[in-house]
Amino acid sequence: MSDCSERCDTTLRDGIVQAERGISSPEGLKWTLYRKMLQIRRVEESLLQLFTRGILFGTVHTCIGQEPCGVGVTQALEPATDVVWSNHRGHGHYLAFTGDLQGLISEILGKASGACGGIGGSQHLHNRNIYTNGILGGTLPCAAGCAFAEKFKKTGGIVTVFFGDGAFGEGVVYETFNVASLWGLPILFVLEDNGYAQSTPKALEHAGEISRRAESFNIPITRLEADHAVSVWQTASGIVREIRRNQRPQLLALQTYRLAPHSKGDDNRDPQELEAHWAADPLKRHRQELAAEDAPRLEQLEQEVGEEIQRCIDFAINDKPMETAHFLKYVDQG
Amino acid sequence: MTYLENLNKALRELLETTSDVVIFGEDIMDPYGGAFKVTRGLQRDFPHRVLTTPISEAALTGLANGMALRGLRPILEIMFGDFTALCADQILNHTSKFRIMYNDQVKVPMTIRTPMGGGRGYGPTHSQCIEKLFFGIPDLRIVAPSIFYEPGKLLKQAVSDDMPVLFVEHKLLYPVELMTAGGSGTKVEHVPHILGYPISLLRNYASGKPDVCLITYGGVSRFVPSILGHLADEEIKVVACVPSLIKPLPTKLMCEIVAEASRVVIAEEGTGQWGWGAELAARLHESLFHKLCKPVRRIAALQTIIPASKTLELTVLPTAENIEHALLEMVE
Repeated sequence: MSDCSERCDTTLRDGIVQAERGISSPEGLKWTLYRKMLQIRRVEESLLQLFTRGILFGTVHTCIGQEPCGVGVTQALEPATDVVWSNHRGHGHYLAFTGDLQGLISEILGKASGACGGIGGSQHLHNRNIYTNGILGGTLPCAAGCAFAEKFKKTGGIVTVFFGDGAFGEGVVYETFNVASLWGLPILFVLEDNGYAQSTPKALEHAGEISRRAESFNIPITRLEADHAVSVWQTASGIVREIRRNQRPQLLALQTYRLAPHSKGDDNRDPQELEAHWAADPLKRHRQELAAEDAPRLEQLEQEVGEEIQRCIDFAINDKPMETAHFLKYVDQG
Repeated sequence: MTYLENLNKALRELLETTSDVVIFGEDIMDPYGGAFKVTRGLQRDFPHRVLTTPISEAALTGLANGMALRGLRPILEIMFGDFTALCADQILNHTSKFRIMYNDQVKVPMTIRTPMGGGRGYGPTHSQCIEKLFFGIPDLRIVAPSIFYEPGKLLKQAVSDDMPVLFVEHKLLYPVELMTAGGSGTKVEHVPHILGYPISLLRNYASGKPDVCLITYGGVSRFVPSILGHLADEEIKVVACVPSLIKPLPTKLMCEIVAEASRVVIAEEGTGQWGWGAELAARLHESLFHKLCKPVRRIAALQTIIPASKTLELTVLPTAENIEHALLEMVE
């Protein structure tokens, strides 16, 4: 397995370089990506409302404002063979990669029709090739192990793992960078740098430029402002192609911003800062582009997305939780 | 055949017969072959499936998780049992969570092998039996081979198990000759268990009921033959119950054996408080309150760290003499 002999020059490059390689966006992609982003946004807004109304028990961490990251990257993957790992802020990744709207909503509402029968909840989702867990940084070596397995079994699949700037405080992240590079594992590390670890700004948590930390492991780094799903898709597509070809890890460092609170009501950021970012909301910008292109089509799309979500919420609310007896089979005997 | 040779042979056979087995750990590359040489010769013969690693126990455990989730059967060697503390987050919040939190849609068939135990003068951080840190974790199996049942067979069972297994070897047992057929005057019986890890029962008498039961596992098993021999000389009938699966506990069989003897000593090498013996004693008490004629007695390491000095180490760790003395007191 070891590819130690193969030298790989670390590069710190701008996402635009990827875009210039001539990966052109297929017809309708902009619409597909918008539909996915809108679905994620509307679902998470609904979840926050359901929490306020006392219907949602537990917690949620929304990715409102960060949608281009998950939507753009997963669009570059093969859902049948590629593997995705995500963290506590994983609804967007899950929806974008699987499209399993009912499974997600029911899961978060704790119902039997949830992706994991309501056992996992918001932070612990699984469906075919996607796995999420709420322990920051701990998902990276698991993802690397999957990458090892896909390479070992020669499935052609690669692994993508999403994590935030906060996770960069965990030592296991660097252990994983090291092994992934040393062993030549086909894994795309996607840093979603939203500038905050829960309530703490990056400047109070990290010394230096965090994305450069991968450099000393010979992991090529691409930095990109994740303000448009198409440019994220374009950049990710180029990187994914390279990883498939050379079976080596890369880091895609996405600059993004979380418009909503860390979890629910816990936000003490400067209102002016928030206002400025809301003005640059990537969903709104994407929408304006489509409205100029075909306003009636946009209206229809938005109506469909809203209705579909409402149907899934209604179904989940009326669904029952998992039978207690079913869960009790998970109790250790002996 | 020694305990170590038996393990090495099993690892080789697993590589030969099972294409999805991958073995990895620190310093296991030949000619070094691992700190305790359990993997010696394997990397030389299976260079793509036996991998030496950086010193990164947390990442290694996570790698095993990912491999297992995607259809491989990884065997991870952690050089010293003490270092499993570095694996703890992965074992607690990843390995043992996935199956249930994903509602049985995945399995995590991974095995972590590691040598625990003192007696070598390695001092406070290289001598401990800290498997107790993991006893309370649901959906994790812990297996500790003794000298009475082939550790290699147990390892094969662990690797074929769809559940994650922490496989606790004992470093003092590595050079010990296996006694799977018992010894002079001692009968051994291996009672099957539903999960596939047998319980070894040793008796120093030919007929009748036992006077006292000794329950122990892993490294302490090396004391059992001499203890049983000495007590046979005193005409004290002892049944020793040595499970290979130490978590979840094979409680039912243990209760049956203890009920027969009505007196029991539990011996373990780890510290006693909050330990294996404490849990087992509570269960025996719950099931056999009226059938025990004496309180359960526990023998374990003193509640302190393990000193490097030979004399001090012997003071802290349980010895054959401690155990024998406790058994004698039980039948007085």
